[in-house]
Amino acid sequence: MKTLLNIFALSVLGAAMLGVAFRLPYGEPEQTHMDDYFLLNAQRDTGANNVVTSIVFDYRGFDTLGEATVLFVAVVGISLILRRTHEGEEAADEE
Amino acid sequence: MRSRIVGYIASVFYPFCLVFGLYVVTHGHLTPGGGFQGGAVMATAVALMIVSGMFTVAVREKKVVRYKWCEALGLLLFVALAFGGMLQGGSFFHNWLANAGGCFGEAVAAGPNGGALNTGGTIPLMNLAVGVEVFGGISIILVTMVRAMKENRDG
Repeated sequence: MKTLLNIFALSVLGAAMLGVAFRLPYGEPEQTHMDDYFLLNAQRDTGANNVVTSIVFDYRGFDTLGEATVLFVAVVGISLILRRTHEGEEAADEE
Repeated sequence: MRSRIVGYIASVFYPFCLVFGLYVVTHGHLTPGGGFQGGAVMATAVALMIVSGMFTVAVREKKVVRYKWCEALGLLLFVALAFGGMLQGGSFFHNWLANAGGCFGEAVAAGPNGGALNTGGTIPLMNLAVGVEVFGGISIILVTMVRAMKENRDG
């Protein structure tokens, strides 16, 4: 009984989600102001031919700063976890 | 275990790997790619040296210190370039070199064109900064993990 109920709930939920997903217009967004702006003005604004790079490093530079910081923190964490713990080798590890 | 064939081929491919990574970084504003991708390609050269058994060469303490400098200076240069926009009267991350005529400041024609390297403003410089940072960071991760693995094996 419980299994049947679970299957029923799952199918209803899946049908609802699929119904919503299939109703979404794919490839025909209603709001295209941002896309059009980037495609029309990116070359003139930034002087870069690669529009993706101009978005990543210019329009959304803050995002890239976050990515670079995440990598930096990951490196710091890894070198902290895997640091040398033997007593004798501490002297050789100093820089 | 160290194989002479693998070691020889790795030593041949090592500079090409570095040069291709540098190409991806420097042409980030013209072709697909950029700082992150090029930095990862350059770090692949370090991984090549590690798997080929030239571990002792790639892992000397001096080199690790160099990778650390690479990472820190790359991130600092990136932030400094972003602050440069504020110094020039714009906002944070304002592209203050674009279309200014000087370094990387040539204007680019709209639409498809062949592309010139001397365009893009701060974008190529930021690409370079991020590329150096990613190269140093991934190299440190690789070297640290391999060293810890070796230490664990040796006891």
